[in-house]
Amino acid sequence: MNRALLMAVGALLVASCALGAPARRDVLLATTTSFQDSGLLDVLAADFEKRTGYHLRSTAVGTGAALAIGARGDADVVFVHAPEEELKFMDAGSGGRRVLVMHNDFVLVGPPGDPARIKGRDAITAFKTIAAAQATFISRGDNSGTDIFEQGLWRRAGISPSGAWYVQAATGMGQTLQIASEKNAYTLADRGTFLARRAGLRLEILVQRDPPLINVYHVITVNPQRYPKTNTAGANAFADYLVSPETQRLIGAFGVDKYGEQLFVPDAGKNESGLL
Amino acid sequence: MELIAQGIAEAIQRLVTLDPDVRDAASASLVVSGSATALAVLSGIPLGTYLGLARFRGRSFFLSLVNTGMGLPPVAVGLFVAILVWRSGPLGGLDWYCTRPAMVTAQYLLAAPTVIGLTAVAIQSVDPMLRLQLLALGATRWQLAMLLVQETRLLLLTAVMAGFGAVISEIGASLMVGCNVKGDTRILTTAIALDTSKGEFGSAIALAVILLVLVFAINAVTTWAQQRPRPA
Repeated sequence: MNRALLMAVGALLVASCALGAPARRDVLLATTTSFQDSGLLDVLAADFEKRTGYHLRSTAVGTGAALAIGARGDADVVFVHAPEEELKFMDAGSGGRRVLVMHNDFVLVGPPGDPARIKGRDAITAFKTIAAAQATFISRGDNSGTDIFEQGLWRRAGISPSGAWYVQAATGMGQTLQIASEKNAYTLADRGTFLARRAGLRLEILVQRDPPLINVYHVITVNPQRYPKTNTAGANAFADYLVSPETQRLIGAFGVDKYGEQLFVPDAGKNESGLL
Repeated sequence: MELIAQGIAEAIQRLVTLDPDVRDAASASLVVSGSATALAVLSGIPLGTYLGLARFRGRSFFLSLVNTGMGLPPVAVGLFVAILVWRSGPLGGLDWYCTRPAMVTAQYLLAAPTVIGLTAVAIQSVDPMLRLQLLALGATRWQLAMLLVQETRLLLLTAVMAGFGAVISEIGASLMVGCNVKGDTRILTTAIALDTSKGEFGSAIALAVILLVLVFAINAVTTWAQQRPRPA
């Protein structure tokens, strides 16, 4: 029987090796779900592999988790959208390079009847109005970039939302929109996901194109001095790839054929405070 | 209703034209879950046979452990394997995070207890008189084990299929350690979840149909094996 066990363990090892240990051409990326859910990640990953020969292994987990993975040195590079959290990450010495790549914007959506009457207002006033009216608001509540962004807007409105009208869904963007639609509620969504899901929802855009709603994406390489195991060459190759003119064109054109609207605005080389 | 009709129409079109995304996800599912099940069988049938035949102190405790393992929550296994294979973890040197070997490891841990447990039950279900008879005829312990495995091969097939069925439709662990990388670790279940959150219901339904067909095939084989008249 021992012989059989030995054989089984041997087979396990052989099979593991046959599946292929990844080589150094792999770059490990931790990123946000909105990047994957919009479909842009898949497009850029395939193009990156074609142009540089690096294979992108990406995990889409939400900005909070992506930064935590990067801070442990469990990824080579992170691509996220929560500038305040990113600066904490840099201050802690976890990051190497931090480069502005692109932005998209959030939209405040709600039932077509607009019971709290927020249509056409600026974002901060709209948030105050929703809270005053105690109109149902669905929050992501999952520490994602969108969730962190929403919390920032409430802070700027001087409100700490709580009560029966404020629902924490703890789920992804698509699901959250679905819930808002079913419950005749307001929610904050990134434009890309909302456009992708619009057909099946009884929601419309009520507040948009306001500077506080700009959502900025940065690529950050993980500090190689702190984590010598990281693939620094690969991480830098990905950061350089994202801001190259060809990629920036690709980002700007993404989604236009499908939604008739640009989803992401390429921003390489621009100043973050000068957007919109 | 319109959504369902549209989704099914698109699903049929994707299936007929063998859409590359659908094909990649289906083949990734088969390769990963097939490898995990193969490893679970190679180690689980010998171990299960041993547990079914041997009498030693702590055997029932060990069997309880195996039975608990049959109900392991996939997300817990996923978290455990992820912590192991993260670069900061004890197996970080392998650099397996977001790769197929990491998925095979997680699915192996989910499938193996099922194969071990059902094998032990199958071996024990053999008439004890047959065992005595074989020993009386001079069979060595090794020959006895081989003969019993042969005798219970249909039940063992059920064990194999149960192991495969548990992992092919699993998502929690595979997503946590495999990360859903397109064309590599994106399997049927993780692709369905992603397409749903992207609002691409047609593609999601096409993938779900393939997964259902696979699961049906597994159950058809198992049922056939169980219902077949036993050879005299």
